[in-house]
Amino acid sequence: MTAIGSKTTPTLSRPPGAPVYLDYQATTPCDPRVVEAMLPWFTEKFGNPHSRNHRYGWEAEEAVEKAREQIADIIAADSKEIIFTSGATESNNLALKGVAHFYKEKKDHIITVVTEHKCVLDTCRHLEQEGFSVTYLPVKADGLIDLGELEAAITDRTVIVSVMAVNNEIGVIQPLAEIGALCRRKGAFFHTDCAQAVGKIPLDVNAMNIDLMSISGHKFYGPKGIGALYVRRRPRIRLVPMINGGGQERGMRSGTLPTPLCVGIGEACAIAKAEMAEESERLKGLQHRLLGGLRQRLPEIYVNGDLENRIPGNLNISFAFVEGEGLMMGVKDLAVSSGSACTSASLEPSYVLRALGVDVEMAHTSLRFGLGRFTTSEDIEFAIDHIVEAVEHLRSMSPLWDMHLEGVDLKSIKWAEH
Amino acid sequence: MAYSDKVIDHYEHPRNVGALDKEDAAVGTGLVGAPACGDVMKLQIKVSAEGIIEDAKFKTFGCGSAIASSSLVTEWVKGKTLDEAATIKNTDIAHELALPPVKIHCSVLAEDAIKAAIADYKKKSGKDDSAAAE
Ligand SMILES: Cc1ncc(COP(=O)(O)O)c(C=O)c1O
Repeated sequence: MTAIGSKTTPTLSRPPGAPVYLDYQATTPCDPRVVEAMLPWFTEKFGNPHSRNHRYGWEAEEAVEKAREQIADIIAADSKEIIFTSGATESNNLALKGVAHFYKEKKDHIITVVTEHKCVLDTCRHLEQEGFSVTYLPVKADGLIDLGELEAAITDRTVIVSVMAVNNEIGVIQPLAEIGALCRRKGAFFHTDCAQAVGKIPLDVNAMNIDLMSISGHKFYGPKGIGALYVRRRPRIRLVPMINGGGQERGMRSGTLPTPLCVGIGEACAIAKAEMAEESERLKGLQHRLLGGLRQRLPEIYVNGDLENRIPGNLNISFAFVEGEGLMMGVKDLAVSSGSACTSASLEPSYVLRALGVDVEMAHTSLRFGLGRFTTSEDIEFAIDHIVEAVEHLRSMSPLWDMHLEGVDLKSIKWAEH
Repeated sequence: MAYSDKVIDHYEHPRNVGALDKEDAAVGTGLVGAPACGDVMKLQIKVSAEGIIEDAKFKTFGCGSAIASSSLVTEWVKGKTLDEAATIKNTDIAHELALPPVKIHCSVLAEDAIKAAIADYKKKSGKDDSAAAE
């Protein structure tokens, strides 16, 4: 077994012919060390962690409590403040609906941000239908919120402010400590969706005045189907549970805990805590090389979102005059995502890029590159060559590129929008 | 999304990419779509004195289905009279390329591109009846 924090982070081999995986914001592979830690809990140690009467139950309970501590540890919380859930979607639902419902007699206003993940936005829409009022804060061109605007939006009716730590499309990091301090001063709870942040950036619930935090196992080399919600105990935050039953997780989330998954997310936290600083440095180098390599060979490419306040494992780039989905087809040996409309059923380009003020035209030309633990520098060199080749080929086929070269201002043309 | 083999073939080996001299009286140019919608097609036809389309070229900004649709129609229009070319329907294109419902608009755009190129040619060569009224 490879030790945590050793220089020998395991590698993952790719099946022959499989594309290079550059979509680490969508999900991550399980770290082999995580899988190894999980395995016994499927078979010989299969007990129900809530069984109080025999050893099978006790050892399983011990394992989930250890995992709870490992999760608490990476965000500087107390393990009593960690509730296991099925993932960040459930955690976000529980945080927002749970708090809104519990405090609804006194307060009925929620603040969130237009670039949040759909599971936050959709939850807020549902709460609006129930009669809560929701403020959707805009973001600046760099993808970050304006603290003055947040301050102005908080009223004495505001029960909770929900701002994601790291955006899943553009990787930008919101100023959590400042937001937390502001919420504390104004008397609103601060919830943050940390699905893309845990294991990527240092987090401290006390230093940052975070009251609730959503965590997802599969975004940082843990298993899919498990997550956690941090719920502050001092001062105590109360929630109305969404799932009723046997009263597990202090009544906030009933259901038998999936011991192997709990062990897996715990192990993923332990590994991330030990290796985050070094991993982050390495990824910064790869991110820098990817962007530098592309910029050196391709004109007219633009990074979406702030480059400084960004996790090193993300780059979101618009390749002007080539359409994103067409480009994804051209880079078929890379697994990436596009912000182009064409990849969704809606035909609307990414709402996140639109919220930054990126032109619809440019939003259509974007690709998201997600780098992570198993990305190698060979992967990045391969990606650069492959992308440059595809972009040059598609530009040679693009009427817009020709017009650009002829000096035609595309905005001056009266296009027939269809 | 999984693409049909024909879309992939046209995407990887596009037929008739390029440009014709748009000042040439024998050339008709159609430019349809919009960057904001994620697809723009430029289709050009060169028409012989006998009224036969002897050459066709395209350039497209768009997804794989948009590129394949425009590539396909350049093949189809070559050798046809203007009237014959004008009968090409988006449904024929969508059927040939097995486009899924969300990509039907790509075939519509390709049909529009043919019509626009023919109209441009007719206008330039004075064969357009409606041009007189403009
Ligand atoms: C920012 C953010 N929040 C929430 C989620 C949902 O997480 P999960 O898949 O654990 O439900 C994701 C992942 O897609 C995400 O990126």
